[in-house]
Amino acid sequence: MSSKAEILNRIKLNQPDLVADLPDLSLLGSEQFDVLETYKTVLKGIGGDPVEVADYNEIINYIKSNYNLEKRLITTLPELSEIASLDWKTVDPHSLQNVELTVIKAHFGVAENSALWVTDDILGQRVAPFIAQYLAIVVQKKDILPTMQQAYNRIGNMEYGFGTFIAGPSKTADIEQSLVLGAHGARGLIVFLLD
Amino acid sequence: MSSEKIIPHSEAATKFNKDVERVNWHDETLWFVRAKRDKSAHQIADWELLRETASKIKNNVLSNIHDYLVEFEANAQRNGIIVHWAADAKEHNEIVHSIMAKHDVKQMVKSKSMLTEECHLNDYLAEKGIEVIDSDLGEYIVQLRKEPPSHIVLPAIHLKKEDVSETFHEHLGTEKGNFNPQYLTESARHSLRNTFLTRKVALTGVNFAVAETGEFVVCTNEGNADMGAHLADVHIACMGFEKLVPKREHLGVFLRLLARSATGQPITTFSSHFKKPRDGQEMHIVIVDNGRSKQLGREDFRNSLKCIRCGACMNTCPVYRRSGGHSYHNAVAGPIGSILAPNLDMSKNADLPFASTLCGSCTNVCPVKIDIHDQLYKWRQVLVKDGYTPTAKTVAMKTMAKVLANPTIFNIAGKSGRFVMKNIPGMVNNKMNKWYDQREMPDVPEESFREWYKKNSRESKSKDNE
Ligand code: SF4
Repeated sequence: MSSKAEILNRIKLNQPDLVADLPDLSLLGSEQFDVLETYKTVLKGIGGDPVEVADYNEIINYIKSNYNLEKRLITTLPELSEIASLDWKTVDPHSLQNVELTVIKAHFGVAENSALWVTDDILGQRVAPFIAQYLAIVVQKKDILPTMQQAYNRIGNMEYGFGTFIAGPSKTADIEQSLVLGAHGARGLIVFLLD
Repeated sequence: MSSEKIIPHSEAATKFNKDVERVNWHDETLWFVRAKRDKSAHQIADWELLRETASKIKNNVLSNIHDYLVEFEANAQRNGIIVHWAADAKEHNEIVHSIMAKHDVKQMVKSKSMLTEECHLNDYLAEKGIEVIDSDLGEYIVQLRKEPPSHIVLPAIHLKKEDVSETFHEHLGTEKGNFNPQYLTESARHSLRNTFLTRKVALTGVNFAVAETGEFVVCTNEGNADMGAHLADVHIACMGFEKLVPKREHLGVFLRLLARSATGQPITTFSSHFKKPRDGQEMHIVIVDNGRSKQLGREDFRNSLKCIRCGACMNTCPVYRRSGGHSYHNAVAGPIGSILAPNLDMSKNADLPFASTLCGSCTNVCPVKIDIHDQLYKWRQVLVKDGYTPTAKTVAMKTMAKVLANPTIFNIAGKSGRFVMKNIPGMVNNKMNKWYDQREMPDVPEESFREWYKKNSRESKSKDNE
């Protein structure tokens, strides 16, 4: 017998007869709080920087004054073509190793944990937000949801090959529990909250 | 590792306890993490409802796991993922090796996976001439030191920054005596970045797999699983079959609980959902049994399969905090490890269910409401009955059972016990008495509660009382 058949047989034999029903998820996620304020507070708490902006011009100005434009900046947003390159989506992912800043947008954010949902159709390349030294993500204020409950309702049966929640910069506390930002991924995360 | 002689938990713990300062530090560090968990949990109004919901979802999973696995495999295959099934650790290791061999690759970068620890994959691949580099910083540190992780979430929690500094100085050539965590992390970042950029095969664990969609979720703070998987030509993901959840929407419940229970964070930095390989990439899933189906059949212990490996039960356990993860001689240490280990091998792990005070703190923090301390108590009974415990303990337990079952003997035993402790304390406070090893013996009361009760309850005494 193949291992698959053997395992499945044993499981069938050993799993409890009583079939437990799935619980009602609609009871969850009814907490009331100020969504935008919570988002900003939680993001700061985990080492990210919220920056409120009125339009893409403000984003461009912010990046100009905070990052070295001589270095490699990449984006998927045509609105930012003045400061970052757009033609990297089909290159070998390894060649992104010298990227200083990646700027992408998120489908939505989640207030309770400041996470942002991105999928490969808006990532350009899957490795792009991880391999850059710094990461900036643009999200519309109206797209901040209260909890993960609303987040998965919004995702529904959305189609993607890869999707991830990003909450803050890459970090580790593996050396005596002292928090260090920038373990393998981005050392910093700016979230541009767009009106 | 598997062939090495196992040092029983109490003996290993005694050794760990010799360095009093370090034990106190270990204890406090883990309690600090536990306190963060509490603070984080208390901020969520729905916390108890979330735990209850998670527990119910897992009940449903356990009672339908056969069908969910079939559904998951079909969907994963439809997504273009290659699915393998491994009955035990050996087969798991062989499958992973065969994928490496097929691509003729001798190097692998791995992100943290307790399952591969359980299967001793690194040792197996090393024998085949394959180099594995663990990329989670904590795992990387213990790997350089040739130690197993001592905690499922915080693999290097037993080490001080001085230890890490020494290790990095030796292996990475960092400055001697530089203990700065920032500096040390930066050095590891440089070294591992080169690893990520040059490996053709990346292996990750799986935190959750979704039957409905055939996708799986990997949670990390460092982004190491993603750096590995998105740069490699081949991504191998290994999972115990109990990692399944029925639907994508259930991930919301578990992602809200996992990181808060583990470290007090609102969510891990990256919660990556892998559904399809990227263009040109090959993606494998290895579904592993290795004793899980047997545990599923043990009614008293099957709940342990609900575990989402958050580590909260370890952080809160007064025994774990003072004995260290290595004393459990099992990939998963602490309270939950002590339930899982005897299922794998009763004779090797019979000591572990006794490494607990049964205080119930583990059960109280468990995000999926596993009755951890009850299961530890039940294991003790099974192990004693089946003769797996050391003779001294078996005799003590059997005597105890007899004494407790018979009121007359209990009475006499109590009286003589009090007499001995009061008049010949040396007979109790000595090396022969295992209980005295770590403890002060109490002052002896003049009379037992029973005697006191007899004297003082005259008026209300009913017929049934004696
Ligand atoms: S048993 Fe519960 S508390 Fe312990 S690691 Fe598993 S899920 Fe976490």
